[in-house]
Amino acid sequence: MGVKVISVLENILQANEQVAAENRARLDAAGVYAINMMSSPGAGKTALIEQTLRALSPQVRIGMINGDTTAASMDAERGAQAGAQAVHINTGGNCHLEAHMVRQALAALDLSALDLIIVENVGNLVCPAGWDLGVHARVVVASVTEGADKPYKYPSMYRGADVLVLNKIDLLPYLDFDTEYFLRGVRLLNPEVQVFQVSCRTGEGIQAWSAWLRERAMRNRPVRIR
Amino acid sequence: MHELPVTQHILEIVLRHAEQANASRVTDIYLVIGQLSSFIDESIQFYWDALSRGTQAEGARLHFERVAAEVLCQVCGVRSPLAEIGQGCPRCGSLRVKVVAGEEFYVRAIRVQTADEVERGV
Repeated sequence: MGVKVISVLENILQANEQVAAENRARLDAAGVYAINMMSSPGAGKTALIEQTLRALSPQVRIGMINGDTTAASMDAERGAQAGAQAVHINTGGNCHLEAHMVRQALAALDLSALDLIIVENVGNLVCPAGWDLGVHARVVVASVTEGADKPYKYPSMYRGADVLVLNKIDLLPYLDFDTEYFLRGVRLLNPEVQVFQVSCRTGEGIQAWSAWLRERAMRNRPVRIR
Repeated sequence: MHELPVTQHILEIVLRHAEQANASRVTDIYLVIGQLSSFIDESIQFYWDALSRGTQAEGARLHFERVAAEVLCQVCGVRSPLAEIGQGCPRCGSLRVKVVAGEEFYVRAIRVQTADEVERGV
């Protein structure tokens, strides 16, 4: 006699996933499409958001939730300057956003005045991958200066992506970046991923990416009965 | 450092199941962690020792069961470790593979003592 073993079989991230589901329901009810943008620091998330705003705003009404590990809110300010309703989240050193932080940010936005929300996660290729935020698509921004081996080294990030934006392609002539090797690594993990190759500096490829996003954002918009 | 909130979730799950089972003490916790989930054993253990203090689960041993990442080839059906597929399926070379293991992250079971057993001095 003695001890008893109890079967638990419970997902440890359950609590986060519950809040994520609430966020998703809230966005769906408001007819707002949301994406979670993730990358390593410096891949160009904020630059891509600026380009996207330039391409889509004001026809597509865009909100921005920006996560940073400190109170430095320059990314949210860049978004606001480019025409977005922007909310800054200070994660207090935390290495990723969690669903409850996004829930708080959603409360600060006027969802009825938005078609699309871009959540800019903390720059980090490891931690954000594990946390569902309740958005509709996960967008990983990679840049050719990071090296082509990244999908092989950070599989969980590339595994979970719905869309991959490969940025800084204007620099390809100056680098040894093997695009084919990089994309093979991504597709091995994630055969369904949608890929866009862009340069936020020259604007190349931004149109295809923006068109994809516009289509998603407008498709989600409910028909309002007047 | 993201093991801190994760360890809090583990403690919540463990204490809830311990209470449902009328347990007075939790002695062991069995965790299953896939290779593709980015959590470090030592880090969870570190936060566990601090967070579990003063609870029924204080001093419980954490057992980590690691699951290697594996892919299933959608063409020839062979299952192989993710680490070996850098250039495609090791048997047929296809790039059409699907991750089938390595994303686990759950509490499999806990071992507890019930109040009766403690009173009986078991």
